[in-house]
Amino acid sequence: MAEGLCAEQVRLPATQGLILDPVLVVQAVVSGLLFGGVYSLMAIGLTLIFGVMRVVNFAHGDLMVWAMYLAWLGATRFGVDPYVGFVGAAAILFVAGFVIQRQLVDRIVDAPHEMQILLMLGVALVLENTALVAFGPEPQRVRTPLTQAAVWLGPVFVDVGRLVTFLVAIALTAALWLFLYRSDLGRQMRAVADNGYGAHVIGTDVRHVSAVAFAVGAACVGAAGALVAPLLPFQPPTGLQLSVTSFNIVIIGGMGSVLGAFVGGLIVSVAESLGAVFLNPSMKELVSFALLVVILLVRPAGIFGRRAI
Amino acid sequence: MLLALPLVLSSYLVTVFVLIFFYAYLGQAWNIVGGYAGQLSAGHAAFVGVGAYTAAVLSLSAGLTPWVGMFVGGALAAVLGAFIGFLGFRFGLRGFYFVLLTVAFAEMCRIVANNVEAIGGAVGLYITFTGNPRQFQFQDTRAYYYIALGLMIAATAVAAAIERRRFGVYLSAIREDEGAAEAVGVPTFRYKMLAMIVSSFLTGVGGTFYAFYLFSLQPNTVFGIPLSVEIIIRPIVGGAGTLFGPVVGSFILSPLAELTRLYFAAGGGWAGVHLIVYGVLLVVVVLFFPQGAVPWMKRALGRTRA
Repeated sequence: MAEGLCAEQVRLPATQGLILDPVLVVQAVVSGLLFGGVYSLMAIGLTLIFGVMRVVNFAHGDLMVWAMYLAWLGATRFGVDPYVGFVGAAAILFVAGFVIQRQLVDRIVDAPHEMQILLMLGVALVLENTALVAFGPEPQRVRTPLTQAAVWLGPVFVDVGRLVTFLVAIALTAALWLFLYRSDLGRQMRAVADNGYGAHVIGTDVRHVSAVAFAVGAACVGAAGALVAPLLPFQPPTGLQLSVTSFNIVIIGGMGSVLGAFVGGLIVSVAESLGAVFLNPSMKELVSFALLVVILLVRPAGIFGRRAI
Repeated sequence: MLLALPLVLSSYLVTVFVLIFFYAYLGQAWNIVGGYAGQLSAGHAAFVGVGAYTAAVLSLSAGLTPWVGMFVGGALAAVLGAFIGFLGFRFGLRGFYFVLLTVAFAEMCRIVANNVEAIGGAVGLYITFTGNPRQFQFQDTRAYYYIALGLMIAATAVAAAIERRRFGVYLSAIREDEGAAEAVGVPTFRYKMLAMIVSSFLTGVGGTFYAFYLFSLQPNTVFGIPLSVEIIIRPIVGGAGTLFGPVVGSFILSPLAELTRLYFAAGGGWAGVHLIVYGVLLVVVVLFFPQGAVPWMKRALGRTRA
């Protein structure tokens, strides 16, 4: 499970005896940064859902794995390159998110936290295990010509797939930023996040805004999943790890903060990338958990968090 | 009745009852902090793992009998529980934050256990079967039946004792409204810590049973999130924060899990079906029976009597 996630995170020559090679460090940082765009997109989806509904989407990573399988189906059955197919994956996940919100989440927005968590845990179990039944436990991976090519960026060697993934993820993040800060619906979303009751009083359709927010959050993770499918071998349990990673990121960045999720994604990815170089690659996640514990000790609201918990 | 049951059951059914009792035990241990105190821990597998590994390593490398090792394992699990509780409760981390903290610690334990070769690394530990009762091993599966039954009764007795005392009242007050409890002078931090320590100790003791009943320990199963889900789903379905909730939940779910596993996992490729069933159950329970089975049955019984 864990091994699948780390093998491709940093593609480096054997690292024995190269403990303090600066090129290696730079390589790991660049590699982690580029991978981090996807983490940021995934975490922004989670923080958006949390911000608007105060519901933690425990099925977040499982939605992402479904997007990866969609990209895989598109690539293997219909020959659609995932760097094009991510649009379709995002659209499908948008609809799925809308339906999940309307049918399930909407009924428990006012329930106690534990009940919300348990409901989402139930959804996560169903999603993960239907993927297991449908696609089997073998790790899959989407092949695209872009990941075979590589370019030199100054002193470091970067594969083109990673670069394109990063650029698309950043472009999508920017688009989302514009949506939230420049469009009417985006403004309403931020209003509901800021004060749901107040937004209701001035005539915002909170139910509709919430459903769209969940759908947009799911679409973020849909795009992120399809974009990362060529870089990361995946299998159904990968979803749980991605969920846990996205929780780490949003807590480190600050729950409900879009900027926090963005920066947090990059930080966690670089930390994992460095962890894979300096520790055993299978221990890279330990670095992000250690980061989490430090944040909870020093600044429980997160780096960019304003609200008290 | 439960004492005489093994005399008439086939050995397969005895193993089903072992599962029912053992998961009821783990569920009851969780219930103390997750149910009564309402602090939703989703990482209780960490305590099972710590208890299991401690007893197994002490037995394999130092020859210490698991009958003693189980308490050492429980104590170490309680230390871990106290540490997690300290981190979480000191800042009043509630709801989601506490859930994540517990999940994070369970995952950290899993990663560390996967990477420490001295305790078997990713391969895990294997315990050779000797059938020696001193080594917590028995030729007759009925011995495990009685031990698991004893564990379940002991944990339920502990929960009953807590429920009847001030401790239990404080825990319910914390669950219902922590701010109000604090305001009327309940030392919330201390009692949440106590609940966490008792719960993790009992869960750690259960880890020993797990190790010596299954003879093998793999980090991904014993520290994995699926085991944590198995632990919490029984008390939730039965009724979290009620005395018999975990027991009722286990009597409902353990045979169900065993059946789905028997029918679907045997065919290969259908390994996920019993977890799909769990997922659907969780959704249904949350939407329609948020209090769980025990309060629902009580109400149903009350209606027929009236």
